[in-house]
Amino acid sequence: MHNVAIFGATSAIAEAVARRLIKPEARFYLVGRDDERLALVAADLAARGAQVQTQVADLVEVDAEGLVAEVFAALGVVDLILIAYGLLPDQEACEKSLPTTLEAIAVNGTSQVALAMAAAAHLERQGGGTLAAITSVAADRGRRSNYVYGAAKALVATFLAGLRHRFHGRGVRVVDIRPGFVDTPMTARFENKGLLWSSPDRVAGNIVRALEKGSGVYYVPGYWRAIMAVIRALPEGIFHRLPL
Amino acid sequence: MEISGWGRHPRIDARVLRPRTFGQLAATVAGEVSLIPRGGGRSYGDSALAPTVVETRHLDQLLAFDPATGVVRCAAGTTFAQLLDALLPHGWFPPVTPGTAAVTVGGAVAADVHGKNHHRDGSFCDHLLSLEVLTESDGVVRCSPTERPELFRATCGGMGLTGVILAATFRLRAVPGPWIEVESHRAPCLEALLERFAAHAQAPYSVAWIDCLARGRRRGRGILELGRHAPGPAAAPREPWRPAVPADLPGWLLARPAMAAFNALYYHRQRRAVTRALRPCRAFFYPLDGIRHWNRLYGRQGFLQYQFVLPAEAAPAGVAAVLDRCAAAGKGSTLAVLKALGPGNDNLLSFPREGLTLALDFRLERDLPAFLQELDRLVVDHGGRHYLAKDARLSAEVFRTTYPRWEEFAAIRERYGGHRRYHSLQSHRLGL
Ligand SMILES: Cc1cc2nc3c(=O)[nH]c(=O)nc-3n(C[C@H](O)[C@H](O)[C@H](O)COP(=O)(O)OP(=O)(O)OC[C@H]3O[C@@H](n4cnc5c(N)ncnc54)[C@H](O)[C@@H]3O)c2cc1C
Ligand SMILES: NC(=O)c1ccc[n+]([C@@H]2O[C@H](COP(=O)([O-])OP(=O)(O)OC[C@H]3O[C@@H](n4cnc5c(N)ncnc54)[C@H](OP(=O)(O)O)[C@@H]3O)[C@@H](O)[C@H]2O)c1
Repeated sequence: MHNVAIFGATSAIAEAVARRLIKPEARFYLVGRDDERLALVAADLAARGAQVQTQVADLVEVDAEGLVAEVFAALGVVDLILIAYGLLPDQEACEKSLPTTLEAIAVNGTSQVALAMAAAAHLERQGGGTLAAITSVAADRGRRSNYVYGAAKALVATFLAGLRHRFHGRGVRVVDIRPGFVDTPMTARFENKGLLWSSPDRVAGNIVRALEKGSGVYYVPGYWRAIMAVIRALPEGIFHRLPL
Repeated sequence: MEISGWGRHPRIDARVLRPRTFGQLAATVAGEVSLIPRGGGRSYGDSALAPTVVETRHLDQLLAFDPATGVVRCAAGTTFAQLLDALLPHGWFPPVTPGTAAVTVGGAVAADVHGKNHHRDGSFCDHLLSLEVLTESDGVVRCSPTERPELFRATCGGMGLTGVILAATFRLRAVPGPWIEVESHRAPCLEALLERFAAHAQAPYSVAWIDCLARGRRRGRGILELGRHAPGPAAAPREPWRPAVPADLPGWLLARPAMAAFNALYYHRQRRAVTRALRPCRAFFYPLDGIRHWNRLYGRQGFLQYQFVLPAEAAPAGVAAVLDRCAAAGKGSTLAVLKALGPGNDNLLSFPREGLTLALDFRLERDLPAFLQELDRLVVDHGGRHYLAKDARLSAEVFRTTYPRWEEFAAIRERYGGHRRYHSLQSHRLGL
């Protein structure tokens, strides 16, 4: 994987992943909306030996097809497209405000589907490459504390499953990355991070391994696969009584 | 949220601000009445504690690196672990490294940290080409030994009190690879240990672990480790599994009988007088990083690390006197660390000076403060001083006696407005 495009390159998880993708001749096309932060991330990758191009854009507002076309024009062959941006909204605020709910769905859901659909067309033409998105374990089951976020993530997850089906046996790999709890700016407001929490660097190691080998759904760290299997299997009668 | 230093004492409830860009950092600082910068939180005591702290964890980028010359410029939140990951594959190593890789470059500058090579290479700040510092009076400025040298001399070792270090540029050391050739010497008493130190003054790295609970003719027995970068197998060493201490352990585990047994075991593990081995450099420099959260071993009440330096002439007698006091009082728990330091530098609050430095861990007990005051007296009487990066309890009086340039420091801090904005629990206690 030499030519890499990252949508939401200012994310803490994306930054950790990008550092692990550094190798001689690596080229990055980074897109994010905070220009100062984006420049910082780019300087770091450049100092580590990569060639880096950046574009400042709000990924909800941006013309997805135009952006993806620019990325392919700039990099030529694209080995990896990683969709990494997201927003964890306050669930109560969503319940009180429809615009807040719809914005969260747009950031975590529909805008990512737009980018994925546009990227799929190019990858199909290219006849190979990897499309990956960071969804979440929250996609696995709706629960009262974050079902708006979870539903948007589930939209992307199901969309990726469909793309995987579409590209089966045709060289394009589609990777759905589902992190558990990661200590990043997104989760800074939670205190008392216990045993289930991981650092961005830790999950980045798992993510890079998934990007290098696979196509499919990857829980990171891997133990979340078992935890979520249990969560999904619980009958509603029990699930509804849990403090989740 | 609750924060503390590595010794987990004291703990306070603080607002922790984590800006993601230098611009955000400046705006954050401007919006606060009083705060202190915080890096990896690996100082032991209260130097990075205040009701409001600004943490550099998201400012951990390399900003420039030239693999041909080994000059690197990085943001202050970059840790030594990150430096090693990025630079070691190119054959470069930090010029000086502390004993844990979780320390940030900002913290290393603020404490002017020393490593196992101080006797030959000086402390971390001796290798700086320049710093970028956010000051209260002049905004973001660059300083170096030649540019605003007074700000440089105050910020290096200045414990975060002059402003926030944003970035540092320094020269790395070229190394043949990730391996260290280690030679271990067993010494049956302090005198023998000091002889070995003197005999191996030219070794690139040296450090000794001593059994601080051994008494009589065994007093100060220990193991001197010498290291040098060496070519090794082409394959990089494997990252070992790092077990974690999952929760606080009961305090008695580190009480005297258990610790005496542990110390004796460590000493006797080395059967021969001299052994040699090739070790991965991370294992050599950061032995305790192998066990995550090892500070929980001391239980919830936490512990204090007590580190001081004694000038060369007074050191052998002074160290012996301190060890005698510890043995007599039955205090001092895990292994004590002894190092020979080379000449100090011109930085106003830097700790190192030529002589011996000893670091001892003490779990918190009711009679500990009185005991440590006795040790303070020994340290002062022998012309020594304490390391502020480990401190949580020193009095303003002892500090001012042993850091005679504190007034010069305070004047420069005032010139740059630091006294208006930057305060830690430690700076209040020390009367800075
Ligand atoms: C296991 C272990 C081994 C150690 N071994 C050694 C050793 O061998 N040699 C040695 O010298 N020290 C050693 N130390 C101590 C450690 O190197 C110092 O305490 C260092 O300052 C910690 O850096 P930090 O990034 O964790 O900073 P913190 O602990 O968060 O802060 C320490 C001080 O630095 C200031 N600071 C941090 N970042 C900035 C910034 N960006 N701008 C301005 N001020 C800042 C803080 O205000 C505070 O005063 C060791 C510590 C541990 C836990
Ligand atoms: N942290 C966790 O526990 C966790 C768990 C499961 C899944 N995830 C997912 O992991 C991904 C990465 O998140 P993270 O944990 O690394 O958090 P993060 O550091 O906060 O990253 C989220 C990034 O998304 C960017 N972003 C948000 N809206 C955007 C928009 N409209 N246009 C462009 N960029 C936008 C943010 O940019 P700004 O800085 O400009 O706001 C931010 O850099 C997200 O998809 C998240 O949902 C995280």
